Amino acid sequence: MITRLEDKDLKRQSRRQLLKLAPVAALGAFAFPKVSDRLVAAGVRFSDWASGGLFRSQHLAQTFSNSEVVPFEKFPYNGYDVLDPEVDLEKWTLTVEGDVRHPGEYKLAQIQALPKLSQNTRHVCVEGWDVVGSFGGTRISEFLTLVGANSGARFLEVECADDYYESIDMASALHPQSLLCYEMYGQPLDRKHGAPLRLQMPTKLGYKQAKYLDTLRVTNVLKPGKTGYWEDQGYSWFGGL
Amino acid sequence: MENADQNADRSEDQKKDMPEKPEPLPIAKADAVEGTEAKLETVVADPAPADPAEETEEPVLVRAAYEHPLAIRITHWVNAISLFVMVASGLRIFRAFPSFGPKIPEKVLLDIPKSLTLGGWLGGALQWHFTFMWFFAASGVVYVAYQVISGHFRTMLFTSRDMAGVWPMARHYFFLGSKPPAKGQYNPLQKLAYTSTIGFGLLSLLTGIVLFKPAQFSWLAFLFGGFHLTRVWHFAAMCGFLAFIPGHLFMVLLHGWSNFFSMLSGWKREPEYQE
Repeated sequence: MITRLEDKDLKRQSRRQLLKLAPVAALGAFAFPKVSDRLVAAGVRFSDWASGGLFRSQHLAQTFSNSEVVPFEKFPYNGYDVLDPEVDLEKWTLTVEGDVRHPGEYKLAQIQALPKLSQNTRHVCVEGWDVVGSFGGTRISEFLTLVGANSGARFLEVECADDYYESIDMASALHPQSLLCYEMYGQPLDRKHGAPLRLQMPTKLGYKQAKYLDTLRVTNVLKPGKTGYWEDQGYSWFGGL
Repeated sequence: MENADQNADRSEDQKKDMPEKPEPLPIAKADAVEGTEAKLETVVADPAPADPAEETEEPVLVRAAYEHPLAIRITHWVNAISLFVMVASGLRIFRAFPSFGPKIPEKVLLDIPKSLTLGGWLGGALQWHFTFMWFFAASGVVYVAYQVISGHFRTMLFTSRDMAGVWPMARHYFFLGSKPPAKGQYNPLQKLAYTSTIGFGLLSLLTGIVLFKPAQFSWLAFLFGGFHLTRVWHFAAMCGFLAFIPGHLFMVLLHGWSNFFSMLSGWKREPEYQE
């Protein structure tokens, strides 16, 4: 709508309206790398907080029929360092520690004695690719019951034979599709996929699915700067799907 | 005659401010003005000074329109900055897996130069993306909500009535026809462009939600044809923005400072339309 006003009034109005826009200039802080590093890290923490809120503990990730699963040869091997840390499968045990009633060393046979779940689920990589694979193992929740984990604890930490390490929120760990996985495509995990035991959680991104598990710890506190190999370099800690 | 000289000086000053549009002149200079602007004369010349003491404060009225309310200006600039960050960091994310096909065998669909991207590495780009997606979403939601609630959308929403005006305007921009008369704040081609961006924004937001949380929003993933296709749509939405932005910036350059400044101050000096 057109109005007619004196030049000096137009200038004054324009100036006043321009000043009202000043708060937007605060986004300019992102132009300074030292500040923006902290701001974007905070942005990821905010996203993680929102992700925790969006996570539904009983909502199942999509499962697929056998015909929709990619052939085993087309399921990528992914590792951050070496693909085979040469775990001695004969002597391997899982060390369980932290807020549990029965800490100690657990043999693979003890884990395999728990009810087995096989599922065809999507494995999503943070890079953007995804593959539907076939996984078998025991629910993390069953194992945590076996070791007498404090069900009120907040986190599950794992350490791996290749020095990889991860931590996950308890709600995701207890999700009914979250597995201590010892089988892929009906066969024992091969070395490059993380033998003898890895995490497999279809509600988490690939980098959360630690392989060659060595130690499992139930805890309420995460050490800052030691929450996960990639997370410590800037990936989202929640990493949830 | 001192009075006339002063008027001449003043109009010279104002011409410096706005080189393209001559200021409406007092009636004494009516013969120097022609066409539609002559019609404005009566209005402009109306408050003629009676008292010689007030001569120096004789008001010269300027036609102006408050085109962009504060909410629109804020969301425009927050969105513009967010869009830049989302595209630049998004391209860096795409570099990590520059394909829409399978992981094995992987084919590089598009090798995007690193210099065009933001974040340095995948993790850094994701940090920018995960931060600015909130600004992008918030600015879009507030923008659309404001447009709808205030009714301001009528100035920019492309409707079937604008259809016929698109082609003549496009012809004009490619130097193939004369400029169709301006009817409102935006011409049909502008309405089409601005309305499209709302579509691109909605598409990038919804597909982004799926890519961020495909398991929690599996129903939405289903609507887009699955997780895999959603990534294609997300990329397509960006292409939409990339098609819009150069044209938009070119038009802003073409229409000069006063037009650009109106998105900062809200006020447009001497708009070319008459309503």
